[in-house]
Amino acid sequence: MQKLEPGKFEKKFKESASLKKPPLEGLEEVIWKILEPVTDPEIPVLTIVDLGIIRDVKINGDEVEVIITPTYTGCPAMDMIAMNIKMALIENGYTKIKITSVLAPAWTTDWMSEDGKRKLKEYGIAPPHLRSEAPSDRLIACPQCHSTNTRLISEFGSTACKSLYQCNDCKEPFDYFKCH
Amino acid sequence: MDNFLVNYTLHLADSNLILAQRNAEWCGHGPILEQDIAITNISLDLLGTSRNFYQYAATLINQNIKSAESEAPPLEGFGEASEDALAYLRTEREFKNCLLVEQPNGDWAQTVLRQFFFSAYQFLLYEKLQHSTDEQLTAIAAKALKEVTYHQRWSSEWVIRLGDGTEESHQRMLKAIDELWPYTGELFMPANYELEAGFDVTLLKDDWMKKITAVFEEATLPIPEKTFMHSGGKIGVHTEHLGFILTDLQYVQRAYPNCEW
Repeated sequence: MQKLEPGKFEKKFKESASLKKPPLEGLEEVIWKILEPVTDPEIPVLTIVDLGIIRDVKINGDEVEVIITPTYTGCPAMDMIAMNIKMALIENGYTKIKITSVLAPAWTTDWMSEDGKRKLKEYGIAPPHLRSEAPSDRLIACPQCHSTNTRLISEFGSTACKSLYQCNDCKEPFDYFKCH
Repeated sequence: MDNFLVNYTLHLADSNLILAQRNAEWCGHGPILEQDIAITNISLDLLGTSRNFYQYAATLINQNIKSAESEAPPLEGFGEASEDALAYLRTEREFKNCLLVEQPNGDWAQTVLRQFFFSAYQFLLYEKLQHSTDEQLTAIAAKALKEVTYHQRWSSEWVIRLGDGTEESHQRMLKAIDELWPYTGELFMPANYELEAGFDVTLLKDDWMKKITAVFEEATLPIPEKTFMHSGGKIGVHTEHLGFILTDLQYVQRAYPNCEW
């Protein structure tokens, strides 16, 4: 996660503006590559590409447009994510940037990449089921010992996207990334 | 021409904002840490949805200002409308939220019952609104519906736990029902902008009653007899509580106009 110090954005922007302009044709893939390392500020093991937050990348003349969708409507990380996208692009010499936020179709955990789910589990957060396969939102496997003998402690966890569980076998409390 | 749509969107935004503000009063005061986090998470969802509606209302108002034939915009004197101006610079008579959401938190029983009544209503409302002819309202509703599903589940579980709990918790739920029931009728009394730009909310009442009845039965709580129902919030006639809420909510913007941090 990049931290933003006062004036850093402006400085980066000036430096970037003096760089040689990168070519603008066939750029979408390059932009996707640049955005790949941008992570979620609240769950730093996940990138915003893993989460399915980036819906599209468009090149309009000399402007780069990144189309994003919020995970939860009130998620305070969204402003930070938009800023981090801008920073990543500016660092790579793109200065005309437009971030467009779209609501439809509504974000779903089904868009999370398999790699993202694996990383979540390794991090100690139970990943979401696919919406179509979710046996029950409440039969959640412990990310530590894999037991499904777990119980819900709270519908709402440390962030909007998670609820709090505890494993009845290994007793470890853990977060579950809610199927959404 | 589209003042109906503006007012409808503001009505949806205001109900979300005011309930978000009420729930946020619990921040740091919840009965236990997990529930403190739950109620403020719900608050955050409602705030996010209100922002979506305010942003849309602001876009519509600014379009109206630009089109020469339109009537006077509803926010004369504020220039360009923005989500912040709509939330921070309107007075209580301009707020169109339902009376239910501005009622005081009371005890935990009253807070969870208010949430349950309103989440059950919002669930049905968004289910319908997600098929509206207005593209943006449709998108906001479809997104909010997913979040309201959790709110409804969480709040109904609390109503059951307290209603079918101890003698004390049962009594408190009864008292909360007495306090809040007279504010539920307004949800299903359509304002003219709802009929013009949305749909007839009276259609939601039967399904709402079914949901409430099912949960109340499990909670061993009685459905109140027919009683007088308060109304007026949707057209800006509020209970005394809203003024106090706005005083808190708007204080900083009023004291230091345009301040940011």
